[in-house]
Amino acid sequence: MTGFDFSNYNRNAALHAKGVPLPKATSTGTTIVGCIFDNGVVIAADTRATSGPIVADKNCEKLHYISPKIWCAGAGTAADTEFTTALISSNVELHSLSTGRDPRVITCMTMLKQHLFRYQGHIGAYLVVAGVDPTGTGLYTVHAHGSTDKLPYVTMGSGSLAAMSVFESTWKANLNREEAVELCAEAIKAGIFNDLGSGSNVDVCVIEKDKPTQLLRNYIKPNERGEKERNYRFPRGTTAYLNQKVISKEDMRKYVTVEEVSGDPNLMEVDS
Amino acid sequence: MMSFMGHQPQSQAVGYTFSQPTNAPNKEHSFYPYTDNGGSTLGITGADFAILAGDTRSVAGYNINSRYAPKVFKIGGDDDTGEGAHIILSVVGFAADGQALKERLDAVVKMYKYQHGKPMSVRACAQRLSTILYQKRFFPYYVHAILAGLDEEGKGALYSYDPVGSYEREQCRAAGSAASLIMPFLDNQVNFKNQYIPSSGDGHALEPKKPEPLPRETVEQLVRDAFTSAVERHIEVGDGLQMMVITQNGIEEIYTPLKKD
Repeated sequence: MTGFDFSNYNRNAALHAKGVPLPKATSTGTTIVGCIFDNGVVIAADTRATSGPIVADKNCEKLHYISPKIWCAGAGTAADTEFTTALISSNVELHSLSTGRDPRVITCMTMLKQHLFRYQGHIGAYLVVAGVDPTGTGLYTVHAHGSTDKLPYVTMGSGSLAAMSVFESTWKANLNREEAVELCAEAIKAGIFNDLGSGSNVDVCVIEKDKPTQLLRNYIKPNERGEKERNYRFPRGTTAYLNQKVISKEDMRKYVTVEEVSGDPNLMEVDS
Repeated sequence: MMSFMGHQPQSQAVGYTFSQPTNAPNKEHSFYPYTDNGGSTLGITGADFAILAGDTRSVAGYNINSRYAPKVFKIGGDDDTGEGAHIILSVVGFAADGQALKERLDAVVKMYKYQHGKPMSVRACAQRLSTILYQKRFFPYYVHAILAGLDEEGKGALYSYDPVGSYEREQCRAAGSAASLIMPFLDNQVNFKNQYIPSSGDGHALEPKKPEPLPRETVEQLVRDAFTSAVERHIEVGDGLQMMVITQNGIEEIYTPLKKD
């Protein structure tokens, strides 16, 4: 199915035995949550990506598209959540085309867990899968080793304990849409402020029966940076250089050819 | 002198070694009495003042222990408010050792005054702090300390230390987890490193911009900008900024809130 290339495995194993560590992957040391309500399901995530103690991305997207009515929140190794959800999204679409039915959340969850179990936890994807399908509302967690849970409210990532404390203290049955969105946003905020691996903004995705899915990107921005107190623009000529060579626009024509194309320049060239 | 600053052996600094691995059959059990409580500190001197600053967050792993745990202290004050002190100390690294070191130095500076009937000079205090640190050479205070005050001429004085007592007087220094983010900024903005006077010459003849003591207002702005920027990119820095400004009129303490995420 997938094409992982293992040709460097032996070389890396030999280097590792000699004490060379693995390269550091970008981890989305994250807070992600999900909660069902009377007419659908909400998932939410923070937007900080880290590499060790350094913030790699202050506003990344951890809410992944699977199908129009199934979305996934990802924690763990950023590349693994990205590629695993993209792969399963592709296969879910092919499956739905072949069956002629709308995709189901449980199908997606099963494909994810079977894929992850096959790789014995080496694919570090920790996911919250949520959606609405012909059988109703679905909300699951999928761990990197392949285990899954089905619950009315879930949290994952390094901020999962902070977020779960909000659910366990304020969740009630039969929430409406607004209440569920607010509860999820509060849970993410608990992660943002109390877990160092989480931070910046709150992203929310609302999936409802008989309504288009809404991705509320940066639903809350509680951590905007203030104005800097000084101006750090340097006077022109501040940087030293040993020599300079001026290339005019006309000289550039020697290295590149410019061809005028008719039609809409924004359109990509596609085989007919 | 500064060769102790990166107090790890070269092999650990690069993160790996090609020396033969040991396949010891017995499991080594060990007790590790240190923890890293994160955070950052920073000191800058001017013509007639010195500033020490530190964020107030204390961390353990991904958890926050406290949003207000001071890292900058007055040394040798007359009471527990620090009234009458003329030396300040910042400590970052292992908070418990920082606390212990500050208590030690505070007692030493007080004893000096009682025994000699005059306040300890910053130079003497700096040398004494080095001795205190080196006395624990094989079980160190796991901290990066910065000491500040005014010298005999009334100029700002700043001394920075490694955990085992190697020290140096400097114009500015950043320490702690975000030191690698802040220090290059300070080199550029305080000592004007990599800045040249525009059209003052060609190639190697280009004249470097000369560093000169900065006014207090500028230094305070640089400190706040350094910390708000470190907060953006380092997860262990945040919550609050504690600044102490020492002048001939005494010590002024300024608190500025920082982002709490």
